[in-house]
Amino acid sequence: MLARLGSRYGTLFIVAAIIALLPLIFPSSYYLRVASLVWVSAFAAIGLNVLMGQAGQVSLGHAGFFGIGGYAAAIGPAHFGVPSWAAILIGAALSALLAYFVGRPILRLKGHYLAIGTLGFGFLVALVITTESRWTGGPDGMTVTKLTLFGWRASGSETWYWISGIMLVIGTWFALNLAETPTGRAFRALHDSEIAARVAGIDVARFKLQAFVIAAVYASLAGSMLALMNGFINPDQAGFLHSIELVTMVVLGGLGSVIGSIVGAAVLVALPQVLTVFQEYEHLMLGAVIIVTMIFMRDGIVPTLSRRFAGARE
Amino acid sequence: MTVLSASGIGISFGGVKAIDDVGFTVDAGQIFSIIGPNGAGKTTLFNVISGLYVADHGKVILGDTDVTGLPPDNLAARGLSRTFQNLQIFQRMTAVENVMVGRHLRERCNLLADLFRLPSVTRQNSETREAALKLLDDVGLRANADVLAGSLSYGACKRLEIARALAAEPKVLLLDEPAAGCNSVETEEIDELIRKVATSGIAVVLVEHDMKLVMNISDRILVLNRGKPLTEGVPHDVRNNPAVHEAYLGKHGAREAARA
Repeated sequence: MLARLGSRYGTLFIVAAIIALLPLIFPSSYYLRVASLVWVSAFAAIGLNVLMGQAGQVSLGHAGFFGIGGYAAAIGPAHFGVPSWAAILIGAALSALLAYFVGRPILRLKGHYLAIGTLGFGFLVALVITTESRWTGGPDGMTVTKLTLFGWRASGSETWYWISGIMLVIGTWFALNLAETPTGRAFRALHDSEIAARVAGIDVARFKLQAFVIAAVYASLAGSMLALMNGFINPDQAGFLHSIELVTMVVLGGLGSVIGSIVGAAVLVALPQVLTVFQEYEHLMLGAVIIVTMIFMRDGIVPTLSRRFAGARE
Repeated sequence: MTVLSASGIGISFGGVKAIDDVGFTVDAGQIFSIIGPNGAGKTTLFNVISGLYVADHGKVILGDTDVTGLPPDNLAARGLSRTFQNLQIFQRMTAVENVMVGRHLRERCNLLADLFRLPSVTRQNSETREAALKLLDDVGLRANADVLAGSLSYGACKRLEIARALAAEPKVLLLDEPAAGCNSVETEEIDELIRKVATSGIAVVLVEHDMKLVMNISDRILVLNRGKPLTEGVPHDVRNNPAVHEAYLGKHGAREAARA
């Protein structure tokens, strides 16, 4: 128990230390910008990992919630004069509510059927965003008013590096907390055997819904952050490809591993920047890296490596 | 005191009557066994009683409430717990975590408190773990507490399931073939364990093929054949009932057995 507690604080400390120290070795603000993108994606991936890694339910439409968060931060100030910070919260609340009502029927589906159900949800959100151009600017997207807090205007790579970094630490903390609590155990139990979980008195539908809502809120907050950071948003944020990217981050990094989600996000966001040296072969290389990683680390990067290190120590 | 009674239970699958008009009652602290040849409907009966199937006919009464058709998690909250013939272990959780899940109903579970891991959650966690460790001790798995359940042996998993079921502090425990695939030493351990459970006042309903175990520990036995009750009685009567021999061995086999 102590060792496990230690690992929870230890993990959080490592994440916080990396975020705090990285800027010291970054030669330019371009790196800060890429790192911020990693933190934002990692934040969304951590939430999705609660749903996929802990509760074992897939969502192929999660960018839908990401988009809702983003467009809430854009539309709130632009059309309703709501301050950005309030728009972020409204977006998160909307996502939670939508996840609750969509999740109730959709989470009765299992496996591939659930994948297609959530996929449909994602398409719907993207469709609404693209067609309601009066509110959203349509396929061209819209500019987003900068975040202002108590008269202080958040802009610039460095500011957003710290905002996204701190948010990531908080998101990591909640996800780590959850794993070994009655809720987290219920998630993991229904992942392994729904029948046994129900017989143990776990209301499976309720806990699936909770995991879905948690993941939706994470994605929505990440979407808001990205929109405010970029000062611009377009429907791609809510699109199918982005949903797949989020799932890839979770699986590549390691299902059920919080650190894994951060590593997965780092690989998917930062690697294309590195691979630009291959010019037109960039996407080919990215695909190859993903395929090779999944073949040699089939449980994901972090679980595979930590097992290998544990094995080496024994 | 009767804690579980089923009456007139019937269920069909695609026109085939899997069980037809089966009923029984179990008292607190009693060991009640259900036996019968393969396909007699024993596990189906268990699945109806534990809420996994909804019966076409009949009534299940737990304590003094009619619980017919209630879902399994609701039944668990009312004191009914079970194990499975084909193991249903949480493979990716440790042994002790498996048992901790069994205590789900005895824990306060609040999403916000859990997200913040409030001190009360941590305190409750260590209480639950203590209780779970004690149960693992009872089934002889204390040493494997922090081992992943997926890497335990078959017999160990069987006992782990019993510990998990007991963790809910049930009034009624349904055991579906707890000794299947166990060697004679493990079977004896399970024999002892079931007696201990019954002595503590829990009503045990047992489906089992190991006749030695059944005849040894049962207070009463219900024999099913092709979904219908064949006879019910104390072990001695059931053992000497020619109709039971015939159900298991056929007419010819029963004659041979009588001669042997």
